[in-house]
Amino acid sequence: MTALTVPARPEEDDTRLRPVPWRRMAGVTWRQHRYALLGVVTLLGAVAVYLWIAGLQLHRAYAAAIACHPARSPACQDLVNTFNGMGTFLANGSILQALPALIGAFVGAPVLARELETGTYRYAWTQGFGRWRWTLGKLVPLAVAVTAATAAFGALLSWYYQPYLATPGHQALGLSQTSAFNGGLFDLREVAFPAWTLAAFAIGALAGMLIRRVVPAIVATLAVYAGLAVTAGLFLREHYLTPLLTTNLTVPGSAWILSQWWTKGGTTLSQSTIQQVMDPVMQRLLPAVPPDQVHLYKLPTILNAEQYLTQHGYTYWTRYQPGSRFWPFQWIEGGWLLALSALLIAATIWLVRRRAT
Amino acid sequence: MNMNVVEASGLGKRYGGTWALRECTLAIPAGHVAALVGPNGAGKTTLLNLAVGLAEPSAGAVTVLGGRPAGSPAALDGIAFVAQDTPLYKNLSVADMLHVTRNLNRRFDQPYAQARLAELGIPLNRRAGKLSGGQQAQLALTLALARRPRLLLLDEPVAMLDPVARHDFMALMLTAAVDDGVSVLLSSHVLTELERVADYLILLSRGRVQVAGEVDDLLASHRVLTGPAAEVDRYAGRPVVHAGRAEVQAHLLVQATADDPVPPGWTARTASLEELALAYLRQPGAAALHGPGRDRGTEKSEVTR
Repeated sequence: MTALTVPARPEEDDTRLRPVPWRRMAGVTWRQHRYALLGVVTLLGAVAVYLWIAGLQLHRAYAAAIACHPARSPACQDLVNTFNGMGTFLANGSILQALPALIGAFVGAPVLARELETGTYRYAWTQGFGRWRWTLGKLVPLAVAVTAATAAFGALLSWYYQPYLATPGHQALGLSQTSAFNGGLFDLREVAFPAWTLAAFAIGALAGMLIRRVVPAIVATLAVYAGLAVTAGLFLREHYLTPLLTTNLTVPGSAWILSQWWTKGGTTLSQSTIQQVMDPVMQRLLPAVPPDQVHLYKLPTILNAEQYLTQHGYTYWTRYQPGSRFWPFQWIEGGWLLALSALLIAATIWLVRRRAT
Repeated sequence: MNMNVVEASGLGKRYGGTWALRECTLAIPAGHVAALVGPNGAGKTTLLNLAVGLAEPSAGAVTVLGGRPAGSPAALDGIAFVAQDTPLYKNLSVADMLHVTRNLNRRFDQPYAQARLAELGIPLNRRAGKLSGGQQAQLALTLALARRPRLLLLDEPVAMLDPVARHDFMALMLTAAVDDGVSVLLSSHVLTELERVADYLILLSRGRVQVAGEVDDLLASHRVLTGPAAEVDRYAGRPVVHAGRAEVQAHLLVQATADDPVPPGWTARTASLEELALAYLRQPGAAALHGPGRDRGTEKSEVTR
């Protein structure tokens, strides 16, 4: 510009311009997202009440079943069957897997997508608070809120599933048991459950910023979340720590068995080869019982057959993660999900900061 | 206040392969109600978005309030922007909108906002989305003014309003400009309203600044000449902005002052702002730039017949 232009000289109060304090965002965020947060609390609260009532019954049935003597009596088998028949639709945990995804998608995706879709970003991003600070001031409290709520809920879930988690000595009773590493249950525990919710929220926030429309952003969040959860459960989790190898035939029920195979003289035997060896042994060991009761003797019989084979030059290998690694695995999963979420939220803020309309 | 509230140099914005705004150089001094006029797609919204930092320039630079980079915290602190269609959080109550705006800014004049809303008959407990279009616009303007800005930017504020709401909106804006010394830059394609409110005019056409200057200067340097249609060609060498011919009479808007001689058989009179704006809008090649930062003597005057 030429001489007539007045040089930049901000007034004195502006040179010491203090940003609007962070705490002021709390009320703003609450007013704009209270319905989403109340929705989360209502959803989790309703499921929690159900789990509490069902869980008390489940724990009672479990206690009755393991306290029963003598264990093989028909009366005790009835108690075992009662326990096994309870809450079967929840037993593998797959239904509750949807909760983190839904919470993340419905709270996270609209934060930016709604502003961009309705045009209110032109209001929000031109206020004195500043747009990247506004984004951070919204995403962080919301992330903390959903994480805290689901952490409390995760503790309840862990309590609910306690009877299913393998307890040494109770396996033989025929109670429904599962490893704590079970794909459906591992995600629902104290650390993993809030961590997955946080990740879903962060995915939602970024998807909302990229897609700029609420409904497509929610759909994209659910799709990305499902892909990530399946990938983690099927391919990543078993590699968190190097699996252990054992030739011991009895691996504790709490362990997560990754693979098992037979060798003889250093060569791995195929499934069909070992079946050909195993069948005659089984025929010989299997007592003549009616077919409908075979299951009662199945485990000991198979063990006998395996013991027979190991005494004859065969080796049975098991690759597994021991039950003692449950907590390290929870924290490893929680750790990388937290890092991923922080990265996604940082990317969202970076996009807001540099976004050109 | 001796500073430029908006200053652009070589400013350009490209979306894909098309320039929404290009080579925009202007300096709007403080203390004006400046009107940003141009047909749809001329780049008005783009220029305002660049000035508030909602868009990043593809070329050049823009500053506000005496050199503060557009979109910087210092800039956003001193300006208030009411975007096109006055975006509000539709599911928040009016009181919540006040709360949100108060908490997002260092200054917020709550008593002023409440008094203004009471005057306008806008209930605090009503949801913003349930207000009429005029009330929504008034609420957006009230929120902007309660921030006590030094520069108010309005993008097509009255386009959607009926005449009464339009009048009320302009009255509120003018009161703030006159009483509180707020500088205003408003874009509009409604020319009739501007005559009453604007004392500075920026005409945008096809992404370029065509006219910029104080309304008084512009009116003083343009005349409407009326004379026999047959003699229009006598003005071949003169800076004619636009020529309108009827059967016998021709109307010419020319760049001339009251002191310039009027040819025999012709009458001269002052142009209205609307006439002037329309004449330039019809001749996108013509230009008249009177802004500070430009030397009158060397100003570029592309003249078209």
